[in-house]
Amino acid sequence: MSELTLTVIKLGFLAVLWLLILSVTSAMRADLFGVRPPKQPKPQREAREAARQNRQPRGAKGTPTRAFIVEGPDTGKSVALDGTPVTFGRGAECTVPLADEYVSTQHARLRFHESQWFVEDLGSTNGTYVGNQRLTRSTPVTARSRFRLGKTVVELRK
Amino acid sequence: MSLDRARARTEPTPPEAVTPRRGRGTELVLLIFAIGIATFAYVSVDLGALGRVPPNALAYLGALSVATAVAHVVIRIRAPYADPVILPIVVTLCGLGLAMIHRLDIADGTTRANTQLTWMAVGVALFVGVLIFVRDHRVLSRLPYLAGLAGLLLLVLPLLPVIGHSIRGARIWINVGPMTFQPGEAAKIILIIAFAAYLVQTRDALALAGRRFLGVDLPRARDLGPILLVWLGALGILVVQNDLGPSVLLFGIFVLMIYVATERISWIILGLLLILAGGFAANAVVSHVAERIDFWMDPFIDPQGQVAQSLYGLAYGGLLGTGLGQGRPELTPIAESDFIGSALGEELGLTGLIAIILLYALLASRGLRSGLLLRDPFGKLLAAGLAAGFFLQVFIVLGGVTRLIPLTGLTTPFLSLGGSSLVMNWVLVALLIRLSDAARRPAPPSASTASSTNDTAVTQVVRIR
Repeated sequence: MSELTLTVIKLGFLAVLWLLILSVTSAMRADLFGVRPPKQPKPQREAREAARQNRQPRGAKGTPTRAFIVEGPDTGKSVALDGTPVTFGRGAECTVPLADEYVSTQHARLRFHESQWFVEDLGSTNGTYVGNQRLTRSTPVTARSRFRLGKTVVELRK
Repeated sequence: MSLDRARARTEPTPPEAVTPRRGRGTELVLLIFAIGIATFAYVSVDLGALGRVPPNALAYLGALSVATAVAHVVIRIRAPYADPVILPIVVTLCGLGLAMIHRLDIADGTTRANTQLTWMAVGVALFVGVLIFVRDHRVLSRLPYLAGLAGLLLLVLPLLPVIGHSIRGARIWINVGPMTFQPGEAAKIILIIAFAAYLVQTRDALALAGRRFLGVDLPRARDLGPILLVWLGALGILVVQNDLGPSVLLFGIFVLMIYVATERISWIILGLLLILAGGFAANAVVSHVAERIDFWMDPFIDPQGQVAQSLYGLAYGGLLGTGLGQGRPELTPIAESDFIGSALGEELGLTGLIAIILLYALLASRGLRSGLLLRDPFGKLLAAGLAAGFFLQVFIVLGGVTRLIPLTGLTTPFLSLGGSSLVMNWVLVALLIRLSDAARRPAPPSASTASSTNDTAVTQVVRIR
């Protein structure tokens, strides 16, 4: 073993030892800056783009006139969409009271605005879904659209 | 308006809003790093001392990896939220200790590193046992007085005639079959548990202020009982066992834990005064202590003595050290045990020794951090006591080796040769892992998050995924 090699090994070992300490401290960084909240399932920009895509082509399909419950304990119920807001939920004061145990008291609302129906979640426990996407904002819906609240699925028809 | 009401009712955020990171992946990466360092140290010892790669390097790497992997897997199963940096630090320290013991083996022609590796395996086995059987640290607080009694019994065990055993003047060993064991190491952990359980019950009384003196609220005289009792106990150990280290350590841990429990600085002042008083008394009465103090004042009255040789070694090592395997650490008597700090300081230099001390400090800080996060007072005190006791031990032994304070015989945790110390420190780390797991585990969602309205019952929650 040459003198030089041994010196390199010696300094290398000290460097590695300190590197370990640095990695340990950087692993502890979470304590100083808090825990990062988990990423949202969909970033907002993508959601907006998806909403825009939904809006344009389907806007032509026409406005729905009736909402039918097609799945869940209240299957078969329907309500006319005449421009006044329609609320869905387990509470008796809702326009469409539902018997679904997975539905919140005030769960979702259909709202007519500028010749377009929108569905919005009212801060429900289990959320309202269009497709696989949980609603975070008012979402335009058209005839043939479906949305799900709890175990209930509502379909809009002309 | 119904919108606002609905929002208010369902406002409590769902429990999965913030998922704490478990950190098991981080732990695995750091563990691989730690094993790499340990093997690097082992190989470079042989390269430096003998100029060849050790033939059993792969076996060494394998043994270390297996022991570490077992510990890691058990943590994954039994304590998934545990702090990810505790185990890597411990493995690094164990690896450095093994390398240095191996280095002294080469110099002395012995095979103590193998023994130490075996003890490490035993330690990991106990570590696993503790994690499996102690599911919740709060069960430990059930029997404070019995735990205290058991700790004291373990302490006096070496004084019993048949099994007691005296090595180098200190009567702290017992014979278990062909082996010797230091029950004091186990007593330390049991007594910390007992102190924590006891202080949870009594801290309110101990925190009451008595007379005010020089701007410090002294505790009431009638509350001084426990601290005086522990002080007398510590002095008793010192006199009959002729061993300075454990008595200082136990008393120090007790004082620190009272301080943590009561937040009163007067306990620290009292404790320091009592240590000084005890030190003076012991200096006058116990020859062993007087000798240690003489060596502290002037280590070079015996140039071949431990402290003098340790200082020579540290000076020889200098800033960057001589390099592993290239110093003369074997010149210090018993370098593999109490003085492994000076042996490492000689071969790794000040840079390496500071790194080692930092590793200890990081480990203790993780313990204190768990104490801060824990929600029950017993857990808080236990975590603080274990971390403080651990770091106090490092301070006492390294302070003695570097002549900052008088030398007291204590082992350097995880580094020193010695089965009882190594095994019991693994148990201590298992408790720290258990505590940090409890601290970082997300609180179970409370049942009363959803308030029911008069017309409907609670909405059931859908499980997606």
